[in-house]
Amino acid sequence: MTVRLMQGNEAVGWGAIAAGCRFYAGYPITPSTEIAEMLSRELPKLGGIFIQMEDEIASLAACIGASVGGLKAMTATSGPGFSLMQEHIGYAAMAEVPCVIVDVQRLGPSTGQPTSPSQGDVMQARWGTHGDHPIIVLYPTSVSEAFDLTVTAFNFAEKYRTPVILLLDEVVGHMRERFESPPLEEIQVIDRMGTDVPPEWYKPFGDTISDVPPMPSFGSGYRYHITGLYHDPMGYPTQRLDEINPWIERVHRKINNHLEDILLYREENVEDANVVIVAYGATARSARHAMKLARQHRHHVGLVTLYTIWPFPEEMIQRVARIARRIVVPEMNLGQLALEVERLVGRHKVIRVNRADGEMISPQMILDALEGA
Amino acid sequence: MKAKDQTGRVEIRLAGEGGQGMILAGVILAEAAAIYDGKNVVQTQTYGPEARGGASKAEVVISEEPIDYPEVLTADVLVAMSQEACDKYASNLKKDGLLIVDIDKVKRIPLTNAIKVPITRAAIESSGKAITANVVALGLLVGLTNVVSRDAIEKAILARAPKGTEEMNYKALERGFAEAQALLAVKQKA
Repeated sequence: MTVRLMQGNEAVGWGAIAAGCRFYAGYPITPSTEIAEMLSRELPKLGGIFIQMEDEIASLAACIGASVGGLKAMTATSGPGFSLMQEHIGYAAMAEVPCVIVDVQRLGPSTGQPTSPSQGDVMQARWGTHGDHPIIVLYPTSVSEAFDLTVTAFNFAEKYRTPVILLLDEVVGHMRERFESPPLEEIQVIDRMGTDVPPEWYKPFGDTISDVPPMPSFGSGYRYHITGLYHDPMGYPTQRLDEINPWIERVHRKINNHLEDILLYREENVEDANVVIVAYGATARSARHAMKLARQHRHHVGLVTLYTIWPFPEEMIQRVARIARRIVVPEMNLGQLALEVERLVGRHKVIRVNRADGEMISPQMILDALEGA
Repeated sequence: MKAKDQTGRVEIRLAGEGGQGMILAGVILAEAAAIYDGKNVVQTQTYGPEARGGASKAEVVISEEPIDYPEVLTADVLVAMSQEACDKYASNLKKDGLLIVDIDKVKRIPLTNAIKVPITRAAIESSGKAITANVVALGLLVGLTNVVSRDAIEKAILARAPKGTEEMNYKALERGFAEAQALLAVKQKA
């Protein structure tokens, strides 16, 4: 096991490689560029493909094509590019194409502050593309988690045939930490399910027990139609209600029936807590710092760190709210995930801690909120 | 409750102008701590969109314990390589914190007990290149504070030095150590 100092963005690249990613298409943008930089160097060594595209729309389109062709594919960007990718995120959800989209957030809107952290894309990651669609969004707080959750993002994408978004804070993308690379054989890698039915029997969007249809690669003898229109089990456009409804029900069911697998979070000191902080990304580290200090002063403070923010862990939050008097939700935005918490536990229980000026939420801001809780 | 009460962490801020190598110095210091001294470390940075000029700052937090909040709360050490950096960050030093300035670049110094060394001039004298000022600063910092071991910083610098520049960087580091030694000797006499 080698110990090295690694940057969060680099760890995303190494995580992708460990997960079996062999295709990257992207357009460089601060603060995500180091991901493209390292993959442009490392992917060709492994026989993989790196393409710098003309823009972010084309980048995700290329990833979708590569994935349909059988490669695990990823792109990375920041807010302005993430906005451009929304159309194809919807297409990937509609066509059920596994892919990983990394958004190392910067302060927005628009070009905003390229080198300053923000958690402003939380709602965009959920609802940025139009129409009701399932999506999984993961969120690391450290360099080693950036590695682990990139692997998980690929596993979820392949297992559930869905786009998965990995959100990073600029702080996490650019920070360097001590990193011990896990032995490759200890990393769980999931590949998409293939099929052994004859090509003429294959239904690319048919019902299966798991609600996830098998996905043989284009070029392997299985020919089928892919469209962003509502489609029948064979992939052809349909306007029939008895085909539209089952489709939308199935693609939501394939996520919602597996929440136990998908919802990742960490609870600390929740069992005796009067106040629980619910946090994600770099803000969760400010929160842990504040929690430890508060507990030294005998305040019963707990912390829930969310690694999966979408789908939102509704049952867990409701359970925590039955224990705690107040829920503190610190975010580097003007209140986005707080809306979800408020929806579940009531506004009177929630204390928001917000800033959207390109600086981290400090432990002191959270401590002040705890004293008022 | 005060957030800065948390002990066990050493917080270092290296600040100057873009192009002075402050972020690289932060990375090298963090590598020394993580790889060669086996400690927990988080290195973060702030810089503007410019490639040269503009304010640039690296932060390194070192601890035996896991590090939660990744940035500096109040610095134990500030290395200021420009007037702007000194003006901006000197007030965020701990009470017994150490301020190190490049005396040729920083004229207004808010603390009487600051360490004043002509860092860039020492870089030119020792290695022939002003760009090794960040390495002189690291030698000075480690020589005065032992935040990482001398052995660790030397290994980290040599591992990072581009081929053919090892000797130059080694000389700059030695000069930093020597400046620290001289300052400590004066302090002992007094």
